[in-house]
Amino acid sequence: MTDPIRTESPRTESIRTEPARTEPILRVRNLYGRIAGQQVVEDVSFDVPGTGVTALLGRNGVGKTSTIRSILGLIERTGEVTFAGSRVDRLPTHRIVQRGVGYVPEDREVFAKLTVTENLRLAERDAHPNRALVEALFPDLVQRRAQLAGTLSGGQQQMVSLARALLNTNRLLLVDEPTKGLSPKIVGEVTEALLAAAATVPILLVEQNLQVIRRLADRVVVLSGGRVVFTGDAADLLDDPELIQRYLGVHSGADPADTTTDAAVPA
Amino acid sequence: MSTLVLLLVTGLGLGALYFLVASGLSLIYGLMGVLNFAHGSFLTVGAFIGWEVSRRLSDGSWWALVAAMLVGALVGALAAAATEFFLIRRLYNRHIEQVLVTVGLALATVALFEGIWGTDPTYVTSPAWLAQTTEILGARIPNNRFLLIALAVLVLVTIVGFLRFTRYGLIIRAGVENRTMVTALGIDVRRAFTVVFAIGGAAAGLGGVLASIYYGYVSAHIGSSLLIFAFIVTVIGGLGSLGGAAIASVLVAVLQQFANFYLGGTGDLAVVLALAAVLLVRPRGLLGAKGSTA
Repeated sequence: MTDPIRTESPRTESIRTEPARTEPILRVRNLYGRIAGQQVVEDVSFDVPGTGVTALLGRNGVGKTSTIRSILGLIERTGEVTFAGSRVDRLPTHRIVQRGVGYVPEDREVFAKLTVTENLRLAERDAHPNRALVEALFPDLVQRRAQLAGTLSGGQQQMVSLARALLNTNRLLLVDEPTKGLSPKIVGEVTEALLAAAATVPILLVEQNLQVIRRLADRVVVLSGGRVVFTGDAADLLDDPELIQRYLGVHSGADPADTTTDAAVPA
Repeated sequence: MSTLVLLLVTGLGLGALYFLVASGLSLIYGLMGVLNFAHGSFLTVGAFIGWEVSRRLSDGSWWALVAAMLVGALVGALAAAATEFFLIRRLYNRHIEQVLVTVGLALATVALFEGIWGTDPTYVTSPAWLAQTTEILGARIPNNRFLLIALAVLVLVTIVGFLRFTRYGLIIRAGVENRTMVTALGIDVRRAFTVVFAIGGAAAGLGGVLASIYYGYVSAHIGSSLLIFAFIVTVIGGLGSLGGAAIASVLVAVLQQFANFYLGGTGDLAVVLALAAVLLVRPRGLLGAKGSTA
């Protein structure tokens, strides 16, 4: 087993040698979001390229989850959201998703009283959903297909949540804190699953775990106070301990005291 | 002994009526968070139109009764779907407005029914067998109780089967738990809303025809008087729980019958006390979910 963090970063290389030639899959311009009248997203603008993983970063409470939820229309929003070349900011959530967006929400949000199979059947939008891929990625779920999702462990629930997004052929995945509260082993499995997914579909990822970000992210968008304060290649941020400290409020990972936010990712 | 049996079976028959109203209320609240005060009107309109059709076909025959039940269910379903489509749909997550609209609709429709069918009860003629009795353990049970119980069980089994084995059923069960996440999977949950209203309306419309057999007449107020107890049943059973509604229907109706007989007509009081006790001890009802999706 090699150290996944430093030795395997061809993804960052490839993005540098091939600058985004394609149109961004998602363009967000002047996005504002409100929850119960309170402004939680303020004038956010950024692009998600058509390949690779774009990490949406920032300290706790800066509005990362709210940004994702605004894009999907799950909270009241104004501004321009262009997905695959057409405006979607006036569409209801289910229409946006039907255009090819997979959503893995914060806290997983599996249907606790439905079985694993029912959770997955519900998520199937395509005529020929990719069940084989999901079964190969998450063999655990095959064994537990008749189990109620509410009785699964946090890691297994996250696999259900990821599987729901990976069953369909999507043009973009919105993945919100997929490793939150999971054991290091499961963090590794989730990371690998996302890495495999990223080979075929662009991902907008919200994540706190720096090791996971290093492993997955090609580009980063940093929010602070509800606004975008940094956009660029992942390496530009992640190789600069001072920027990490300033934008994310954590050290770069050398400090063993940071194990909560910078937990190890076994490969 | 015979009194016990009579009270029990009559309680079950009345419980069947409560269930036919409460099942819809519970599903509608569970999925959409809508307290539908107009639900009694679906029952009443189903009963009136069901019997109008039946009367024109052939009074007192079995097939006229079957026609009345089918027409009642259909009219109830249409009335409910129309209510959802034209009134409630615009008001999701606006609970005060929903209550105002459904209460207003309930009051207006009762007045409308009185305008059309008059304020006096309209007596119905059902097949002769239903008015006869069958002796069980010494108790002479009116036969219509068996019809009520059998049909309520059939409705329960049908709805449970629908929820368990169809795609819409899956969407509804998921939506009761987490409506937002259902839309985030690309599903237009509003269609499921209309379906749930239609199912609830069909059960209520059928309940209207059966209630008029039970009472022997139809009146403009038949729905609203049953609705009160159906709401109590829904709360005791746990809002959103079909199984809870079924169990609570039987408990409430049997308790009501026994209290009426043994405690000097205090059935309604006993039901309200039972409601208070459940709310104190177990506020989410017998089988209610911990969190509410409303």
